[in-house]
Amino acid sequence: MVKRLLMGNEAIALGAIHAGVNVVAGYPGTPSTEVLETISEINKGEIYVEWSVNEKAAMEVAAGAAIAGARALVTMKQVGLNVASDPLMSLSYIGVKGGMVVLVADDPGPFSSQTEQDTRHFAHFSNLPVFDPSSPEEAFEMIQHAFEISEEVELPVLFRPTTRICHSCSTVEIPEERMKHEPDGFVKDPKWVIFPSLSYKKHIHIEKLQKVLSEKFSGFKYNSLSGSGKKGIAASGIAYSYAREMLSGFEEEYKLLKIATPYPFPEKLGLEFLKGLDEVLVLEELDPVMEEALIELSYASGGKQCIKGKKTGDLPFAGEYSFELVKSSINRFMGRQELPKEKNTVPDLPVRPPVLCAGCPHRSAFYAVKKALSKQKAVFTGDIGCYTLGNAKPLEMVDTCLCMGAGVTMAQGLHRVEPDVKHIAFIGDSTFFHTGIVGVINAVYNNTDITVVILDNSTTAMTGHQPHPGTGKTAMKSVSEKIDIYGLLTACGVKHVAKANPLNQSEAVETIKQAVDFKGPSAVIFEAPCIALFKPAKKYKIKSTCINCMRCIREIGCPAISVNNGKVEIEPSLCYGCGLCSQVCPKESIGGVEA
Amino acid sequence: MFAGMPERIHRGCGSLSIDILIAGVGGQGTVLASRLLAAAAIDEGYFVRTSETIGMAQRGGCVVSHIRIDSKEASPVIPWGKADILIGFEPSEAARNIYRLSEEGSCIVNTKEIKPVTASLGTVSYDIDAVNKYISANSKKAVFIDGYSLAQKAGSVKALNIVLLGATAAESLLPFGKSSIEKAIKDNVNPKFMDMNIKAFNYGFDYIKSICK
Repeated sequence: MVKRLLMGNEAIALGAIHAGVNVVAGYPGTPSTEVLETISEINKGEIYVEWSVNEKAAMEVAAGAAIAGARALVTMKQVGLNVASDPLMSLSYIGVKGGMVVLVADDPGPFSSQTEQDTRHFAHFSNLPVFDPSSPEEAFEMIQHAFEISEEVELPVLFRPTTRICHSCSTVEIPEERMKHEPDGFVKDPKWVIFPSLSYKKHIHIEKLQKVLSEKFSGFKYNSLSGSGKKGIAASGIAYSYAREMLSGFEEEYKLLKIATPYPFPEKLGLEFLKGLDEVLVLEELDPVMEEALIELSYASGGKQCIKGKKTGDLPFAGEYSFELVKSSINRFMGRQELPKEKNTVPDLPVRPPVLCAGCPHRSAFYAVKKALSKQKAVFTGDIGCYTLGNAKPLEMVDTCLCMGAGVTMAQGLHRVEPDVKHIAFIGDSTFFHTGIVGVINAVYNNTDITVVILDNSTTAMTGHQPHPGTGKTAMKSVSEKIDIYGLLTACGVKHVAKANPLNQSEAVETIKQAVDFKGPSAVIFEAPCIALFKPAKKYKIKSTCINCMRCIREIGCPAISVNNGKVEIEPSLCYGCGLCSQVCPKESIGGVEA
Repeated sequence: MFAGMPERIHRGCGSLSIDILIAGVGGQGTVLASRLLAAAAIDEGYFVRTSETIGMAQRGGCVVSHIRIDSKEASPVIPWGKADILIGFEPSEAARNIYRLSEEGSCIVNTKEIKPVTASLGTVSYDIDAVNKYISANSKKAVFIDGYSLAQKAGSVKALNIVLLGATAAESLLPFGKSSIEKAIKDNVNPKFMDMNIKAFNYGFDYIKSICK
């Protein structure tokens, strides 16, 4: 037994390894990324691990492995499940043989996501059980049960931590022994082929399973009931941890229901909780899933409990819950007075929105496109990745952002309405492989005059530098065929494809001008690696000839450049030598020196 | 008990509960600092929880790490007004998070400000004197340290996080001593940079000892 500080995602990864997982597939997405990354890092080769092209591919790879009897894990963030929902919905009918866990990390806040969607609805929608851990140490154990239960009911199961579970750390005791799972191979059977007649029978079967699972979950060790009294608190996930911390010492005044399996709701346990209660407070982040289950249960059992939560306006739907929010809602519920906090006068603090790193090649790419199109009416569609940050001042080069791959296709819709406006779609290399290619084919097929700009920085930067099909590296740490973006675009029928180095402004501006002038779909690949992939060869310094015109500050928004005591300075520890500032300077007063 | 350590509330199992908050800007190495403190505490037999900012906000945004020592029954996030120590890697970030510091709490602040692009563009102001005054007014004890220069002296400004750990160790507020953190550094940091990091750690430690005689 070793004791280690593990991040929630590492605990989940180790839990899966301890459960004998054989095949792992996923697509990076905050806050889920470190699960697959951890398995890839510590894998000695006995587990097959891959970064798939997108979540749909990952789900299907895992499904294939699971119907061959392997224990399979597929990882993604909540919006990734939208992409993978097609295979998931059918897989709940087809089922699995080996245990299959679908890890989907939700992001209340949100910290790094487009939506605050609640994956527990997907569990209900697809009739699949969902596990909702309240701490990293619990997640480590619970995922091992998740594999077992999946095998037992022959269904994939969802495992849904939230950001605060994924990215907080706990002291976890890790036993030496691990389970070994030997897949017995695929056995041909008509049950693996989905047909309407089979779907009908399967639908009846999975509806029956919901009752079986609800019954089972009433005795599941991570669902628990404690305390006594006329008032009850039901809590799950991180909200449970906050409630427990706040209520320690007051255990006798209320009943506390902890729920780790929000769907199917453990009805028997829920009824035991509701028995004798007058009032219930439900603490859960995102949507009122538990709250609705309790309302339904109370109604069906003829209960008269007043159930308070989001639907009654006692708690918010949006945003991450905090200890303070949970505390004040419990205090109100228990009729306790809270002392008003003295208000301090806080001085004006600088806002610090996330920005493109100093030296980021995306800054140079955006600046070149901005210059090339300064005299034309143009709309710039963006996509998901670090480059979404190009929408900030002073670049302001991202006019839209919807979801993975949408920039390329939305540009086409925009262009159909305003054909005289230039439409330029920015997309990163990993996102291009994820869902961008379809958009390019769509533009060629329908001959829509847009320009796609691929910001190829040779990595999946935003989520922490995972390899992708264009890098020639895999999660097994092996070398593979590098998929050539240029060749792909040409093969898709794009007639004007050009490459340029965005750090060379004159070359980049000229390349963009030519592509935009081309009639019909065109593409430019800006190739320059993410700064995390190399050490800077040069650093830039302000020379004494600087006239403090502030053009570098005004135009490019580099975090390494600031004004101190009225003078422009470059912070040497931040400069990465991209040289954009020196190309923007009208007085040639910024020069590079070897780092 | 170490000298100068105030009485603490015990969280359950009889050992010493300490909550440490680290506040800084993405890229300053706050996560490593929090991991090292946690590693030292676990080595001393404590149950530790931490919580960190990871993802989009890392790109030059505000980052916060919570380190809760002896926290088996607690959540990973330090409630408002409960932190015993606030390590500010940047003055305005220390000020932004000082509401989590307890009335009895101490604050260690790196003096070098990082101006966000918005401040350089002139759209927001950054009054460093007002920020420093606010920090001092809202902590029982506030010490300011030019960690940037000390790290530079040790060999790299990237060692700022280690300088500040040295400073924290010197404040004697932790339930373990200097050697525990030094051990955590040796166990967890790339051996290539060991000498520099140990130097940085001692510079931070010695500086605080010299001003707090």
